[in-house]
Amino acid sequence: MPNSLTESISLILSLDKDLIDITLLTLRITLSSLTLSIIIGLPIGTLLGLSRHIPARGFIMAFLYTGMGLPPVVVGLVVFILLSRSGPMGHLEWLFSPNAMILAQTIIALPIIVGLTMASTGSTHPSLPQQVTSLGATKLQTAITILSESKYGLLAAIAATYGRIVAEVGAVLLVGGNIETKTRVLTTAIVLETRKGAFGFALGLGLILLTITFVANIILLRFGNWNNDQR
Amino acid sequence: MINDNNQLLYNINNLHQIYNGRTILNINHLSIYKQEILAIVGPNGAGKSTLLRILNFLEAAHNGQIYFDGESIEKTPSIHTIRKVAMMFQNPQLLNKSVRSNIEYGLKLRGKRSNELVLQETLKNVGLNQYAQNKVSSLSGGELQRVAIARTLILNTKALLLDEPTSNLDPYNTDLIEQLIRTHHKLHKSTIVLVTHNLHQARRLAHRCALLLDGNLIEISSTKDFFEKPNDKRVSEFIHGKIIY
Repeated sequence: MPNSLTESISLILSLDKDLIDITLLTLRITLSSLTLSIIIGLPIGTLLGLSRHIPARGFIMAFLYTGMGLPPVVVGLVVFILLSRSGPMGHLEWLFSPNAMILAQTIIALPIIVGLTMASTGSTHPSLPQQVTSLGATKLQTAITILSESKYGLLAAIAATYGRIVAEVGAVLLVGGNIETKTRVLTTAIVLETRKGAFGFALGLGLILLTITFVANIILLRFGNWNNDQR
Repeated sequence: MINDNNQLLYNINNLHQIYNGRTILNINHLSIYKQEILAIVGPNGAGKSTLLRILNFLEAAHNGQIYFDGESIEKTPSIHTIRKVAMMFQNPQLLNKSVRSNIEYGLKLRGKRSNELVLQETLKNVGLNQYAQNKVSSLSGGELQRVAIARTLILNTKALLLDEPTSNLDPYNTDLIEQLIRTHHKLHKSTIVLVTHNLHQARRLAHRCALLLDGNLIEISSTKDFFEKPNDKRVSEFIHGKIIY
């Protein structure tokens, strides 16, 4: 174990090319999925959070909360079937490509970001939208104000979504195939290296995974000015 | 006479509001003049806040005709019309920002830059000039209420709707807010509709008073007549605390 740790640290410090490639691909796929999830999920979550009287709201919430626990391998399997040559999206030829991985991760991430955004915007005072409107806000301005008021909850939603995406292994292994230089990301590489007995390299990958998650959270916290702006 | 030509800001006929099959408001006619201060009193659940929300176009009436400043109001009026009215809620919710940002908020929504002199004057009037950069979370209840009224007054809207602006305030803060309302009215001649449980306050501030009971407008008359020689027996009973709900 100490040897493996030393080996992993020296690998990171030597800026091993394979390590850098895997890290960059991980970042690319994670950030793409996160961006897509935010673009799609934030407005839906806000709408659900603010529309307290929409029909079947309880059912939608139950559906979303179930989605938060969606098994990644099941998502991977469904995306695999959709993208396979005979599947309805086979013509895209995305299987075993980063696009397939982004698609799978976005599907996994969406219920999390929608659900947490809905909870966050919905927890503002029920009369806040009306009060904001009474001061002259348009519907868009009201939504933006509510989002701004739910800033901490939204940052937590983004952090949770990022964490789920970056640590995901089952779905990306299925639809990406863990192909070297093409679809190998940190999590799938850790699985492979562990199976090979290359614990040093696997640990190095794990350390990088933890580091980029930590850095991402620091950036999020700074963005939210969390240190000196708490309620 | 309220203004030079007794011009109406609101002209309301056959107003009905129904929630879940229950009639909340049933007003045959209500005129609100430009530049007047109208106090609406009545027990809890009389429909006062609902009426204010309708006057603020926050909710559409079940039926009835509403004319605002000569314009017939449809279900959703234009943002231009909406911005002619501002309302201070009974429990104002401030934004988790500084005192200054909260006061400037409505102006920013309108794409206006706040005049620094006006802003400083407003802050001074509400006694919060030293706390301009403070987060509202650090303020007391009375200070929060003052920020809430300041952010409404600074908009200089044609109509100002105040829903129990001094509820739960001590006499000092109550007096301060009443002075703000008086000064604002004197300077800007806005129409002010004030919902209050404080009959003394209604008497001190309003040109006219109205009693709402179970959604019905029982009487609307000059403040003097309302308190000294009301036409309806129920007004007298309400003023003397004899109506029990």
